[in-house]
Amino acid sequence: MSKVLDDRKYADSHEWVKVDGDVATIGISDYAQHALGNIVYVDMPEEGDEVTQGEDFGAVESVKAASDLISPVSGEVIEVNEELVDQPELINNDAYANWIIKVKISDPKELDKLMDAEAYKKITEE
Amino acid sequence: MFFTKFEPSNLEITYHRDTTLMEENLTKTCLHSRHVAQGALMSPFGGFDMPIQYAGITEEHNAVRNNVGVFDVSHMGEVRISGPDAYKYVSHIFVNDVTGAPDGQIFYGMMCYENGGTVDDLLVYKVNDNEYFLVINASNIKKDVDWIMKNAEGYDVKVENLSDYYGEVAVQGPKAEEVVEKVLALDVKDIPFYNFKTFTVGDEEIIVSRTGYTGEDGFEIYGSHSYTQSVWDKLMEAGVQPCGLGCRDTLRFEVGLPLYGDELAEDISPIEASLSMFVKLDKPEFIGKEALAKQKAEGVTRRIVGLELDGNAIPRHGYPVEVEGQKVGEVTTGYRSISTGKSVAMAMIDKPYDKLGTKVEVRIRKKTFPATVVKKRFYEKNYKK
Repeated sequence: MSKVLDDRKYADSHEWVKVDGDVATIGISDYAQHALGNIVYVDMPEEGDEVTQGEDFGAVESVKAASDLISPVSGEVIEVNEELVDQPELINNDAYANWIIKVKISDPKELDKLMDAEAYKKITEE
Repeated sequence: MFFTKFEPSNLEITYHRDTTLMEENLTKTCLHSRHVAQGALMSPFGGFDMPIQYAGITEEHNAVRNNVGVFDVSHMGEVRISGPDAYKYVSHIFVNDVTGAPDGQIFYGMMCYENGGTVDDLLVYKVNDNEYFLVINASNIKKDVDWIMKNAEGYDVKVENLSDYYGEVAVQGPKAEEVVEKVLALDVKDIPFYNFKTFTVGDEEIIVSRTGYTGEDGFEIYGSHSYTQSVWDKLMEAGVQPCGLGCRDTLRFEVGLPLYGDELAEDISPIEASLSMFVKLDKPEFIGKEALAKQKAEGVTRRIVGLELDGNAIPRHGYPVEVEGQKVGEVTTGYRSISTGKSVAMAMIDKPYDKLGTKVEVRIRKKTFPATVVKKRFYEKNYKK
């Protein structure tokens, strides 16, 4: 049974986003890390890159597969989690504590398109 | 994030467990219920519902490199060719040369089209001059059998597709011999590399060969479904690591073995796949000889090479290979090598960029990463010869 935290929103492509002011912290869900298996590489954008809601900004890779990361919000990347460069497996250990990027949100209304924990839980239980 | 396909992409493997749409059309091996009961991640491969992993690809990979593991490879196809013209006919459809081989020897090679493209790569077991046993890829069974039937016209041979009868397991790794001897009570230590022996077990004859697809010592065991199930159960009881197709691919890749669909295909000849050592042009005749001889004499325009990337990005099947922004090829298989930790690939590269030491770039999503052309062997084989 995968974990879903109540304090954040979710995209149907299995990213989570936690909003603090105009900053969105983005990672992948526990369900996603479990489905992927051992994560061996995280392909991340650079600070200053623009991301767009619904478009890919990188990838999470297991031994066998590369899965695109789809941005749940639009805006400018203000920080990437450098720890994941050498320790991508941190996401397997705790997908919610180990975020991937932080984005300065350009359009807060986009957040309305995301799911709350309750709705996301239903998707992962299907 | 989308759970994109496993690589290589032609394997039709996805992470979705919800495969209800596909399940109806998939064949189940005689060990299928055991895989499900043991909690393996199942996925379609070559028309079969196959285990991709049990404990995890890395763990299973390391078990085979360092100890022993067992694979269900019952999806592979088996064809018997027998009759007075068996030798002549096998020589006609097979690019390798079985002439003068002692009974019990095995040959790796390909069947090719007239134009040199590859029908399939396969093992040919010589039972005797009048009988050969062919082991073919699961995804090609129908195509191969049709091809073998069609070309048999005018030869006094009987072609039997035994794929539904045989189950097969592969016991692979440095401890394979010990396990097959002790757990399965089969006297296999005197079987040389690429040879086989038959055993009578109960009222059936089983086949055991010293072959595999991992670069390690090991055995492949062919028998009835009930025999195959008893072998699996005994190996599980003895604590042998069950392995899925995930690590079968990482293992074969590291030692530079081709997978049909990636490094070989209908439009990729054995010469282009850098497998010309298996094409015996001094044979009087075989299907495709003329085209392959021409390719060897005049050279091919592209071929399969190894690539080693700088850094950690992972090359995957289908990613473009570039030189100065121009596409010069494509990755056929790529991984972060489990045994060496390096990001490496096999790739089909246009000449002259196939030369060892050539600097190229692999396009991975939006960026390119520098890579060097190297030998397509990323890990040394450890065969017992």
